[in-house]
Amino acid sequence: MEPIIRMENVNKWFGELHVLKDISLDVAPGEVLVIIGPSGSGKSTLIRTINRLEPVQKGRIVVDGVELNEDVRNIEAIRREVGMVFQQFNLFPHMTILENVILAPTRVRKIPREQAIAKAMELLERVGIADQANKYPAQLSGGQQQRAAIVRALAMEPKIMLFDEPTSALDPEMVGEVLDVMRGLARSGMTMLVVTHEMGFARDVADRVIFMDEGRIVEEGVPDEIFSHPQHERTQAFLARILHH
Amino acid sequence: MRFVAWMRKNLFDGWWNTLLTLSVGGLLIAFLRSVSIWAFTEARWYVIPNNFRLLMVGPYPPEEVWRLWVALTITTGLMGLSFGVFVRWWGPALSRALALALLIWVLAWPVVMPGTRLWLFLALVTFFAAYPLGTRLAGLRKFLPVMWLLAFLLALDVASGVPMNRWGGFFLTMVVTVSTVVIAFPLGLILALGRTSKMPVISLLSTLYIELIRGVPLVTVLFLAWIMVPLFVPENLRVPQMIRAIAGFALFAAAYLAEYVRGGLQGVPKGQWEAAWAVGLSGYQTVTYIILPQAIRSVIPALIGQAIAIFKDTSLLVIIGLFDLLSMAQVALSNPKYLGLEREVYLFLMLVYFIGAAVLSYASRRVEKAMGLGSR
Ligand SMILES: Nc1ncnc2c1ncn2[C@@H]1O[C@H](COP(=O)(O)OP(=O)(O)O)[C@@H](O)[C@H]1O
Ligand SMILES: [Mg+2]
Repeated sequence: MEPIIRMENVNKWFGELHVLKDISLDVAPGEVLVIIGPSGSGKSTLIRTINRLEPVQKGRIVVDGVELNEDVRNIEAIRREVGMVFQQFNLFPHMTILENVILAPTRVRKIPREQAIAKAMELLERVGIADQANKYPAQLSGGQQQRAAIVRALAMEPKIMLFDEPTSALDPEMVGEVLDVMRGLARSGMTMLVVTHEMGFARDVADRVIFMDEGRIVEEGVPDEIFSHPQHERTQAFLARILHH
Repeated sequence: MRFVAWMRKNLFDGWWNTLLTLSVGGLLIAFLRSVSIWAFTEARWYVIPNNFRLLMVGPYPPEEVWRLWVALTITTGLMGLSFGVFVRWWGPALSRALALALLIWVLAWPVVMPGTRLWLFLALVTFFAAYPLGTRLAGLRKFLPVMWLLAFLLALDVASGVPMNRWGGFFLTMVVTVSTVVIAFPLGLILALGRTSKMPVISLLSTLYIELIRGVPLVTVLFLAWIMVPLFVPENLRVPQMIRAIAGFALFAAAYLAEYVRGGLQGVPKGQWEAAWAVGLSGYQTVTYIILPQAIRSVIPALIGQAIAIFKDTSLLVIIGLFDLLSMAQVALSNPKYLGLEREVYLFLMLVYFIGAAVLSYASRRVEKAMGLGSR
């Protein structure tokens, strides 16, 4: 099958710092890809290049048949197809949850307001926070906020969803509710790239796991392979550290 | 007794604080005592009611003053509505009592003319009729700024049945203040965005403008607007004095507003930009829907502070020969009948400015609180 994301020899520097080194990666439609690795290894930067929150200096990135370059129209086209969920939720604090969700559909996709609201309520219902629709983000718990943020991304009906440590800022008792939503999404056939330290989740739903270190993809494979028989010693060391905590 | 406990804790803990409290308190009492003895025995307050029209509207023709009453009634109506929307805790009992007290006061006030009494009554009734309406129409919140702008333009239109060079007194002061705010605010936004822009030319020009204006006193900008504008504008297109003054004030205030807004812009976390881009909003949409509303919200107190500053600075209008409140006071005092009554007149002016500033400052706190709901 034609990959929905193709990265070829992608290199990225922050000033002198070489954060992505010769990254080549294909993602198939409907694939759930989990990215693991120590902090500072370039995981966030990698997924942020896909909707061009981070531009790259070298290499090619093609998303859903559109090549990412300086062209603003290309970038905006890609961002309509790619949803993103952040570690810090980044909901818009001056808008209610419902307003957060319908903003992009009405302003970017130009969907009529009533239709956008109906769709938003359906999605909020699905993640279990329909009753919070008219509250402001600050009035919700962390878990509820993150579910709202997922809905905000889904409301644009994206083909790809990017998750950057979506549960890392949550209290432990709220991690489950967010992971459940993500599991449901994975089952529904969404293409997902997930940066996470939740190894249980990775084992459950990932089609493929990538281990990154110092800006390189060190090792990749199906979850069982990576978790049970890691080949590379850096992968072994990382997993040993993670799994003992 | 809680009061006594409070006093003991805050005013009389230790001999040093006790000494301080007693001496400051003593001075204060002595001062208030002599002022009030003067105010109730010596002061000849009749200078105020006798010159009331002069102080309020200056040379505005008496037979046309109804225009200003209409304008005032529009304003008080909208004010009542806004209070209803933002100040929920004013329960019906309190507002009714307040309304009654004010109305009785207006009706019983000895010195005013019957016509004035009627209009004042009407303006107040409009306020208190609009207030309960506002409490029921919370959805109005979004439209209030636009309604205020429209009401302001309407009021200006009604007032301009008389040429601008005859506008004066407190009325002129208010027109200049509000016009300045209305013009300076969007100008300040544009300058703030300009200064934070990634395009070097725009950023440089905005920075230059802001720093230049902030580096000179208001008086010089006013004089410049006064003297220089006629040089650029053709002879036959004489710009009224008042417009020139407003231009000067607005150009000045915009630079300060810009700096406040810029502070607000920088306070919006990077994640907000990224989240907006990530859902597909364009740069322009990101700024208008996400960044600016948050930036402005965080600097509302500073913005209203600037509005209060403008209100007080309008007293400088006197030096470029406009008939503002202060210059009308001088006119009143130049009448031999009122020789030597400066104290009465200037105390009254202080009171007017103070009440105006206090109302604005109260409004700011209410708006801030009402908007606080949507902040982190
Ligand atoms: N905006 C930035 N400017 C400069 N350096 C950055 C920036 N963002 C990330 N980095 C650096 O790039 C490296 C990779 O960061 P990141 O992709 O966030 O790693 P991870 O998500 O795996 O923890 C880190 O060394 C980090 O300090
Ligand atoms: Mg990261």
